[in-house]
Amino acid sequence: MTVLKRFAVILILAFGGMAQPVLAVQPDEMLDDPAEEARAREISAGLRCLVCQNESIDESNASLARDLRLLVRERILAGDSNEEVVEYIVARYGEFVLLKPTTGGWNSLLWAAGPLMFVIALGLGIAYVRRRSTAEAPTEAGLSDDERKRLDEILKGQ
Amino acid sequence: MITEFGHFALILAFLVSLVQMTVPLIGAHKRWPGWMAVAEPAASAQFILVAASFLALTWAFVTSDFSLQLVYLNSHSAKPMIYKISGVWGNHEGSMLLWVLILALFGAMAAWFGGNLPPTLKSRVLAVQASIGAAFYAFILWTSNPFTRMDVAPFDGQDLNPLLQDPGLAFHPPFLYLGYVGLSICFSFALAALIEGRVDAAWGRWVRPWTLAAWVFLTIGIALGSWWAYYELGWGGFWFWDPVENASFMPWLFAAALLHSAIVVEKREALKSWTVLLAIMAFGFSLIGTFIVRSGVITSVHAFANDPERGVFILAILVVFTGGALTLFAARAAAMEAKGVFGVVSRESALVANNILLAVSSFVVFIGTIWPLIAEMIWDKKLSVGPPFFNMAFTPFMVVLGLILPIGAMIGWKRGKLPRVFRTLVPAFVLALAIAGLVWAMQTGRSLLGPVGVFLGVWLVAGSATDLWSRTGQNRDISRLWRLPRADWGKAVAHAGLGVTMIGVAGLMAWDEEDIRAVQIGEPWTVGQFEFELQGVERVQGPNYVSQMGEVSVRRDGVEIAHLYPEKRNYPVARMPTTEASIDYRFLRDIYVVIGDPQADGGHVMRIYIKPLANWIWAGCILMALGGGLSLSDRRYRVAAGARKSASGAGAVPAE
Repeated sequence: MTVLKRFAVILILAFGGMAQPVLAVQPDEMLDDPAEEARAREISAGLRCLVCQNESIDESNASLARDLRLLVRERILAGDSNEEVVEYIVARYGEFVLLKPTTGGWNSLLWAAGPLMFVIALGLGIAYVRRRSTAEAPTEAGLSDDERKRLDEILKGQ
Repeated sequence: MITEFGHFALILAFLVSLVQMTVPLIGAHKRWPGWMAVAEPAASAQFILVAASFLALTWAFVTSDFSLQLVYLNSHSAKPMIYKISGVWGNHEGSMLLWVLILALFGAMAAWFGGNLPPTLKSRVLAVQASIGAAFYAFILWTSNPFTRMDVAPFDGQDLNPLLQDPGLAFHPPFLYLGYVGLSICFSFALAALIEGRVDAAWGRWVRPWTLAAWVFLTIGIALGSWWAYYELGWGGFWFWDPVENASFMPWLFAAALLHSAIVVEKREALKSWTVLLAIMAFGFSLIGTFIVRSGVITSVHAFANDPERGVFILAILVVFTGGALTLFAARAAAMEAKGVFGVVSRESALVANNILLAVSSFVVFIGTIWPLIAEMIWDKKLSVGPPFFNMAFTPFMVVLGLILPIGAMIGWKRGKLPRVFRTLVPAFVLALAIAGLVWAMQTGRSLLGPVGVFLGVWLVAGSATDLWSRTGQNRDISRLWRLPRADWGKAVAHAGLGVTMIGVAGLMAWDEEDIRAVQIGEPWTVGQFEFELQGVERVQGPNYVSQMGEVSVRRDGVEIAHLYPEKRNYPVARMPTTEASIDYRFLRDIYVVIGDPQADGGHVMRIYIKPLANWIWAGCILMALGGGLSLSDRRYRVAAGARKSASGAGAVPAE
């Protein structure tokens, strides 16, 4: 079951029974300078909405996400670089807000896992292919007459 | 009364499954035909009983019997009929009942269509299938009984989550489950083969149609879910790398690997133990998916049940079945020696590469999904792994897969000639390069994503066309194409479908445009090449909701090209609002319009998204499913079924 209840939970968490939800980024939040606004959007897309689990604050309807969006824009106006804004938020809300995990420490395992497994799998694959290419071709042994007949019957009609 | 009948039928099905998992297994071991013969009628009986139970629950939903707790919690008398029915599986208990229904269905189908299986293998397959069933019947009866009554029947129900009241989503779970659970039969085949101690070409041929069918259903199910997310959630996202989405994506990747490696077993008697392992893994990941969805262990907004009792139960099922299967595999795999000999440059090697890429990419998704859990358990750190990780870690494998696919698909079995394949593929490669170059020149940004995606997509589509074209022979006899086996068509269509999806994903991610602003009624504004005007907002009463419906005119060069009606609905019973985007679907782009909140000054917030090539994502999925279907209808499988018919028509077939 894919995206079930995504909004449901967010909305319930954020508004209880309120009838009018606030939708993601609002016009009144936006910065006047398009370049700065674009930076804000880019930063927001990488920050997790804390009450809605798997959504960025850029997509989220929760009021907390709106607070964070405003905070990001505030920091941009204060002259922070993108990295500084992210650091500012992480310092207050923890690593949990980062949708893209850091590459340092134990997380390097996470990032290395894919390439590592690929190299291992490739090694095993190449070894297997090599082995098959130098193997002796077996005779038709291994199948009993009955079985071969049965197989022929099944394979018939190629 | 009907409810109690359904409950009783479910208990009976549990008992039948207990018989079916033991008697035929002992029979196969001791070579007692009578005991083995129990499996077939038992599988049929089990299916009929679960079906009766499922129908009884459906009946309770259809007639809005609120004395049933499940119906009270998930239905409402004013709900349209289709959502009363889909409400049956729109909740934990009902969806588990659907799960076992499909499990029993596949078991019964193996019994009905498995006439040409050796009796011992067949009874073992059905016994293993029944053991999975038994575990899940126990799970339902002890932890998630859908037939629980209320002490006092309430006057009306609490309604189904409005987001689920949607045609796309109504049929998403059944398809997904047909895929997920369909892999159980491959698992049963793998286990039966391990118990039997042999895997041969015939085994590969038996397993492949089941894998193919499961994969086709899974493809449709995932596509439906993704399409639903696209139009329903209000900003046009189609994939979120949510744990629950990943839960369906991992089995899909494994099933794709399995259906390719089963070809090697079937044609070349190689990769046997690997294929058995894949079959175990594919269903193992289905179980992991069920665990993730049902236990809520990985915090996800999807999780229905945050009930530890259920989580532990499914975890136990998962550990027993995958653990047991892997142990058996470790003990028996060595006995399965490969027979086929092939060169390094060959179709076999290409399929090994396919398997490596699909399996590793699936593991990347797996590790990303469970990493927050690992980090919390081991280092007590709360962290998130979101789309940026998956996009970076997963995509490279798909790029490599796309690059080598057309070459691998055309290279010969046993000993292929690379230069020859390259020569045939030159036109396809040049075409892909040219179109990608054109796209690169036309786009405004300097993003690589779009051109690379387009290159891969065109390369795959043109490569598939080249593959078919090369089958016309020396004198380019087109009529030959119609005589090609359907499996060859299936292969070309499915591979082209993958290309189309790649183009769609890349185009949508690279070039979508967005505009958010507060507008007044009657004041036009422009986004890209289009002019929009909000012409009015009206209050509309639906069957079980109230809606604010906007009327938006879309113009291009002064000519109206679309008239859209975005809505914001409010479901009073569920006390929940939803956004209903209005979309103008076109071949090259969608215009996606969402109406937001009214503003203090009488205006409305409007969101406009221009989504290039969005439809291609799902068109590609349809092509992939169609390709799978074509392959499935290939003569070889029908002939196998026909052989069974004539064999049984000939009368008594000696049991070995």
